[in-house]
Amino acid sequence: MNFTRAKSALLAAALAGSISLPMVPAMAQEDTIKVGILHSLSGTMAISETTLKDTMLFLIEQQNAKGGVLGKQLEPVVVDIASDWPLAAELARQLIEVDGVDVVFGCWTSVCRKSVLPVFEELNSLLFYPVQYEGEESQRNVFYTGASPNQQAIPAVDYLMSEDGGSVERWVLAGTDYVYPQTTNKILEQYLLDKGVAPEDIMINYTPFGHSDWQTIVSDIKTFGSAGKKTAVVSTINGDANVPFYRELGNQGIKAEDIPVVAFSVGEEELSGFDTTPLVGHLAAWNYFMSVDTPENEAFIADWQKFIGSDTRVTNDPMEAHMIGFNLWVAAVEKAGSTEADAVIDNIVGLETPNLTGGIAKMLPNHHITKPVLIGEIQDDGQFFVVWETEDLVPGDAWSDYLPESKMLEADWTAPINCGNYNTETKTCGGSAQ
Amino acid sequence: MLTQILRLALLTLSLLLPTQMVRAQDAAVDIPAQVTALGEASLRELGAIVTTLASTGDPSVVPVLTALGEGNLYLDETSGAVVIQRGSSITDPLTGEAVDLGADADLSRIRVNNGLRRDISAALSGMTLMSDNPGTRLSAAQGFLAKPDAANLPLLDEAIAAETEANVRSAMQAARAVTILTSEDASVEDKNAAVPQIVSGAGRNAITILTGALANAPDEVKPTIQSAISGLEQGRAVWGALQNVWFGVSLGSVLLLAAIGLAITFGVMGVINMAHGEMVMLGAYTTFLVQLVIRQNFPGLLDYSLLIALPVAFLVTGAIGVGIERGIIRWLYGRPLETLLATWGLSLILQQTVRSIFGPTNQMVIAPTWMSGSTDFFGLAITYNRFWIVIFALIVFFMLLLILNRTPLGLQMRAVTQNRRMASAMGIRTPFVDAMTFGLGSGIAGLAGVALTQIDNISPNLGQNYIIDSFMVVVFGGVGNLWGTFVGALTLGVANKFLEPYAGAVLGKILILVLIILFIQRRPRGLFALKGRAIEQ
Repeated sequence: MNFTRAKSALLAAALAGSISLPMVPAMAQEDTIKVGILHSLSGTMAISETTLKDTMLFLIEQQNAKGGVLGKQLEPVVVDIASDWPLAAELARQLIEVDGVDVVFGCWTSVCRKSVLPVFEELNSLLFYPVQYEGEESQRNVFYTGASPNQQAIPAVDYLMSEDGGSVERWVLAGTDYVYPQTTNKILEQYLLDKGVAPEDIMINYTPFGHSDWQTIVSDIKTFGSAGKKTAVVSTINGDANVPFYRELGNQGIKAEDIPVVAFSVGEEELSGFDTTPLVGHLAAWNYFMSVDTPENEAFIADWQKFIGSDTRVTNDPMEAHMIGFNLWVAAVEKAGSTEADAVIDNIVGLETPNLTGGIAKMLPNHHITKPVLIGEIQDDGQFFVVWETEDLVPGDAWSDYLPESKMLEADWTAPINCGNYNTETKTCGGSAQ
Repeated sequence: MLTQILRLALLTLSLLLPTQMVRAQDAAVDIPAQVTALGEASLRELGAIVTTLASTGDPSVVPVLTALGEGNLYLDETSGAVVIQRGSSITDPLTGEAVDLGADADLSRIRVNNGLRRDISAALSGMTLMSDNPGTRLSAAQGFLAKPDAANLPLLDEAIAAETEANVRSAMQAARAVTILTSEDASVEDKNAAVPQIVSGAGRNAITILTGALANAPDEVKPTIQSAISGLEQGRAVWGALQNVWFGVSLGSVLLLAAIGLAITFGVMGVINMAHGEMVMLGAYTTFLVQLVIRQNFPGLLDYSLLIALPVAFLVTGAIGVGIERGIIRWLYGRPLETLLATWGLSLILQQTVRSIFGPTNQMVIAPTWMSGSTDFFGLAITYNRFWIVIFALIVFFMLLLILNRTPLGLQMRAVTQNRRMASAMGIRTPFVDAMTFGLGSGIAGLAGVALTQIDNISPNLGQNYIIDSFMVVVFGGVGNLWGTFVGALTLGVANKFLEPYAGAVLGKILILVLIILFIQRRPRGLFALKGRAIEQ
């Protein structure tokens, strides 16, 4: 329908207008550093992204209380991309060109990131992207503070294969039908085949966004799991479809002891609208859980709940990613003494900031960061209990080592390579698989 | 209690000498000390303690292990005591007596993972196989099914001999058969004899167990297992088709619920109401609020909160519907495009209002106990929530049919929609009937919202997911005909579920859309077209 586009555009324009309007008086002040916040506050992704917008406001408020950056106060500029990706590119351009922001924190879905990428490249600005993604990308103007597949998907599969995880031999890769699950599943499938899993022991299934009738698929999973081998589901199901999926699992009596589900997109925020009693024991792989017991995390949660004015609000992994990204940006600006994009890009690599799980997040030359990998089991209070974690921090890998077309590629944004897809075999930049 | 002790005593006597010696050794285990050690143990240590506790065979550890597996075992960080907490009652795990920990108690749960939960249920099976409760015995037998161990054979034999309930005994026999099939020393004849027992006793798990056993079975037994598996698979294929029909009916009933309100506003009144989905969403939020009030004030009624929410949701969304009709739609009769745009704008306003009030995250409606879980109806797995939604959709449909065909209001509605001026001339207050009709359609959308809380997210976007499907059903079924909506919804549901296994969920949905487009080309008025002069206007 043609109306859909028109509708969203109209709405978004109206909303963007209404949201930026109150900012106008503030813009008159010259001595501020403007920080763009590019998240969906309406539409399907609002469920996840609204919290990230609040997180950014929270971080900026904290930083301002500490005296700002370079002696200047930070000023947030919020726009609503209304879950509409072409609009996201337009609004990114508006943020940089009209509002004059020095850095943008934003996007959730990969399709949003892909559509704003050319804008950041063309206008040479900075984007901090806080969500786990499929990898196979590294761009000079983008910093990936979420997990790449080797920081989430691969360790999760390793855990399930281990004795602790139940020595799984049969795999269901279930995902929503778009780029992140497709690419992640491609990497996982290759990884499983390399590990000696037979092709008939892998079942791949895709569903549309917002799929709500899971009866057939759950019943298929049940049948697939009844082949005498230990079976697990690796879920890249995203967004709203998760609640009906887990509900159907619970109702059809699939217990975590029989067929565990490990999810990459289900966190505290997604579970907060949900009675998790039937889900106890199902797993999620992240780089942060709210239940992690460290003093840093305790302080972060307390400050966040005070800021948002509710002691029941949860924290989650992308929030931590935004916090790390924000702190790294602040450190880079202070080191460079300037908010210029080139100065920040040159200075940010190698900077470190503590994460909330007791480790250190370091910005790597490929614009990814180091992260611990944690596997948590869902508890009946909607929190996760960490059952396994990597011993060391895992450096993010932009190009997967398990796909034949990308295993020779490396990203390095420092001199002398300065390239997002450097082919280590031909020693050239921009080398593709051929 | 006494019978339990007697049984245990008997059991101990009947056991072989070596086993007795093992038991005697384990008597040295200091159970209270081990239980206290659970408090500070790591996951690996927990596993060791569970094994030690289970090996004592002492009935007093059963509640400890049960509580640990269910996540009800807590450590009091202040005193170091390990206690069971269920609701507000705190008891000693071994004695079962109430414990008063004082005001400064700091309880933290002793957490377990999946592997440990499996070990605990296996350990408990051994200890609860002689329980007085048939349900406990059944789950113990099922525990043995999942984790067969030749050492348990004497215990199983004992239990089978004493068992009085037929279904429990059949599960025990299956457990015994699995143990024989997987044990190293059993003879080929015994193994061959074990296969049919598994088929009859292990229910839906039979295929899993047999396929698992196939690889390690001796060659003489393999043909028996193979033929048993293919027999089971044939049965599954037949039931699989029926299962698909059920899935389709249940999807169809959801479509019917969502579309039937639209069948009135769009079908009967001819108003294209794009805010119909939002009425569904408001019904769901009403359910959430009703449950919130009940949970805070009358926790005893929690199981009936959905039933209480039904009339509330109907009245709330019905009233909003009347408001919309009086406020917006009545100015736009006969101008479909303007109606479409106005209601579209309204739907966005409603969504954003709800988002501003309740926040963008999902809200939680707890499923009542009678709507959780599933039952085996012969070979069909029927989940209760879907079952009740099918029943509910049928009730709503026939009630609506009754209202339209058998009440004065229904008569007036039909009169007004068929010939407004004539109806008006006959003394019918057409504006009132319009408002009531629209209110009825909206109220029914609210009822659909109550039902949808059981299968979908309660988020501001809830309605959007159903509006396209609803229009599809109404157009496909034939505008202005409730039976058309009924048949249309069920047809689409079943067709969808039959396409899904072959084409996948994404392609299946596309195929359905293509089929509907082709169908509408052939029959523009849908399945059940209205005939007569009225429709030609």
